[in-house]
Amino acid sequence: MRKYGKFAALIVVVIGTLVWLAFAGSGDSKTYYKSIAELSQMGDRAYGTRLRVGGDVAPGSIQHVDGKVLFTLKQDTRTLLVAYSGIDPLPDTFRDGAQALADGKMDRDGTFHASKISAKCASKYEAKPQGLPSGQPSVHSGKPSV
Amino acid sequence: MENLGSLAILMAFCVALYATLASVIGRVRRKPFLMESGRRAVYAVWALVTIASAVLVHALLTGDFRFAYVAEHSNNALPVLYKFAAWWSGQEGSLLFWMWLLSTYTAVVVFTNRRRHRDMMPWVIGVLTTIEVFFLMLNNFVANPFKLLANEGLIVKVADGNGLSPVLQYPAMAIHPPMLYLGYVGFAVPFAFAMGSLITRQPGDSWIHTTRRWTLVTWLFQGTGVMLGAAWAYHVLGWGGYWGWDPVENASLLPWLSGTAFLHSVMMQEKKGMMKVWNMVLISTTFFLCILGTSMTRGGLVQSVHAFAQSEIGKYFVTFLALGLAATTYLILDRLDYLKSEAQLESVISRESSFLFNNLILLASCFAVLWGTLFPKISQAISGDQISLDADWYNRLMVPIGLFLLFLTGVGPLFAWRRTSTDRLRRNFQWPGIAAFALVVVLYAAGIHEPYPLISFGFCLFVALTVIVEFYKGANSIAGRTGMNLLRAAVELTHRNTRRYGGYLVHMGIVLIFIGFTGHAFNQSEVKEMSQGDTMRIGRYELRMASLEQGENPNYMWYRGIFQISKDGHSIGTLQPEKRLFKASKESTSEVAIRERPNEDLYVNFGGMSDDGQRAVIQAFVNPLVFWVWMGGLVLIGGTLICLVPSKVKMQYARTQVAGIAKQHVDLRAEQ
Repeated sequence: MRKYGKFAALIVVVIGTLVWLAFAGSGDSKTYYKSIAELSQMGDRAYGTRLRVGGDVAPGSIQHVDGKVLFTLKQDTRTLLVAYSGIDPLPDTFRDGAQALADGKMDRDGTFHASKISAKCASKYEAKPQGLPSGQPSVHSGKPSV
Repeated sequence: MENLGSLAILMAFCVALYATLASVIGRVRRKPFLMESGRRAVYAVWALVTIASAVLVHALLTGDFRFAYVAEHSNNALPVLYKFAAWWSGQEGSLLFWMWLLSTYTAVVVFTNRRRHRDMMPWVIGVLTTIEVFFLMLNNFVANPFKLLANEGLIVKVADGNGLSPVLQYPAMAIHPPMLYLGYVGFAVPFAFAMGSLITRQPGDSWIHTTRRWTLVTWLFQGTGVMLGAAWAYHVLGWGGYWGWDPVENASLLPWLSGTAFLHSVMMQEKKGMMKVWNMVLISTTFFLCILGTSMTRGGLVQSVHAFAQSEIGKYFVTFLALGLAATTYLILDRLDYLKSEAQLESVISRESSFLFNNLILLASCFAVLWGTLFPKISQAISGDQISLDADWYNRLMVPIGLFLLFLTGVGPLFAWRRTSTDRLRRNFQWPGIAAFALVVVLYAAGIHEPYPLISFGFCLFVALTVIVEFYKGANSIAGRTGMNLLRAAVELTHRNTRRYGGYLVHMGIVLIFIGFTGHAFNQSEVKEMSQGDTMRIGRYELRMASLEQGENPNYMWYRGIFQISKDGHSIGTLQPEKRLFKASKESTSEVAIRERPNEDLYVNFGGMSDDGQRAVIQAFVNPLVFWVWMGGLVLIGGTLICLVPSKVKMQYARTQVAGIAKQHVDLRAEQ
């Protein structure tokens, strides 16, 4: 099987290079996902790491102050105050009640300083939590009933 | 009407189940009437799913807002195109659309093979109808599109629906899902044939011949779908780029990458009888990546811009994937004897070797993208923390991979089978190699010192020259013999071997796309808050805001900046980016203004108004060479279409044909 030696060597070189590229310096590329609940449980570990927190934008909480955008993220019963001061404009789908992700770092003053905001994509492949459009009715399957 | 729809999909579910059982039992017990019944059941499933789809589409077009789905995804003011497209713009409807495509494909497969492959077909049908059963199960019991709105037991009808988000009301976005689905669903067919071939222990390659065109068309749709998504992201979203390595973007790319590997490795099997096991693994991987892709877009697996919440439906897909993978793995391992290679690898400088490395690198890229996409789940399993990897990580891996692939694209087709002589190497590669090196020197002297762009441009020229020389040599030879002019001879050359020369054109398209990608290394961007009369400088351009206007109509409020653009001091026209804030949905869209030219795009986005409402936040980008990404995509499509045209001359090549497999040592010598 001597002739396979060259192939094996080349394959090892290619794969080895890729694995090295994947792991070297990936530390800078990592962002930790946390829910608001998990964030409060992180304690001191929360400060200084790049985090990504998700939640719903609390209605009426969006404020534009001093070149920063302040809003509150809400998930279940927990809330998080977020300050975004990045230069990129906010995504088009960012509004009251939208699901949003904030990338950034937690500050000791209790505010989450976001460097990037993403808001949920406009397509509705997700079943909404309540599963219905803006009206009150609940979803009913199949038969009419009077 | 909703009852008709519900009944139709429920019946379809039962009939599909029957079709699976009839085909498989009929085949195992050798009952021709059962197998025929199974075939007819496939047509019945198609008819039923079509009825159900028609009911939904009718409800969407007429605005029947008793349906929860219609109320969610359509509204009265929506243009007709998007009312129709609402069929696939939401969870339930898109799953029904997937099912409709699958039932259509299955019916076509049954019809076109009604007199062929009699041994395999019942299994092929069985695999396809099993997939149908899964999706019909989702259609009926998990995501039913025929649900009605009700309040305390009484059906209600809302006056108007939520409609489609304005950012999606863009023609490329309307056909992006159908293109991708034609890809996702399409790969089920070669997969089913591969499984049928394994189950019936076929030693030959008939499953590959039968599905070659099918696979090529499916791959084309998949690639087009990915391109359309990128084109939409660039022209509509306003962030200046076309690919963000978002999990759902990645989900559409994964089957395309493994599908590309498959398209190449089947050539090895056809011509040399090699890589048989590998092809089975590849087509299965491609199909299961399609299922993974379908499920990732629906949330539950990984968080992304497209899918945040945990979704119920994820676990059904994961179960289906797990069962499918287990069954397929068992089948391949059990039939390994029938997949033995007919030839060996002989030299590193051979076409077999280049195919091997082509596959290796494509699968490595596929794995890398999959790893990055699933990393939050993987890291959660290991350390408890969900960690996501950003675009830089992907680019760090994908750029070298892409460059290696580009290199193979140039050298592979010109290597000989088995072993390439040094003489031939020199003949084919000397001048393209020298030209590429010269280009690199020139670019370096012109000020480009980054290694990746230099290598990329060098390889692009190298590959382009090898392709052009191939066309030239062949056309010249034909022109010499027939007296045609060179252009006609080139057409004749292509027509004689559409697979080969169509393939060269596809490679040319890839070269153009890589030129477009390389331009990204030289992107420039600026952001500025501007009021009327202000100017912004970027690259060689100067943007002067001649006026800042705003207005309102029943649908939306708008802000518009009218910019006079000059380049190197000469006025070249105006750009008018706009921001629209929709009143009903409270969402906004950017009407990006782009000046697209082959050398660079000037891209201006109206980001929004400043806090004090007096100035506009304007983002400007200079994106060199992006034009070639779209142009390359068109060439790729054209090349693939040419591949599909039957060749004028049917290629004959000597191939061993496997006569049979013996499981014991058989002594074939005459008695001595």
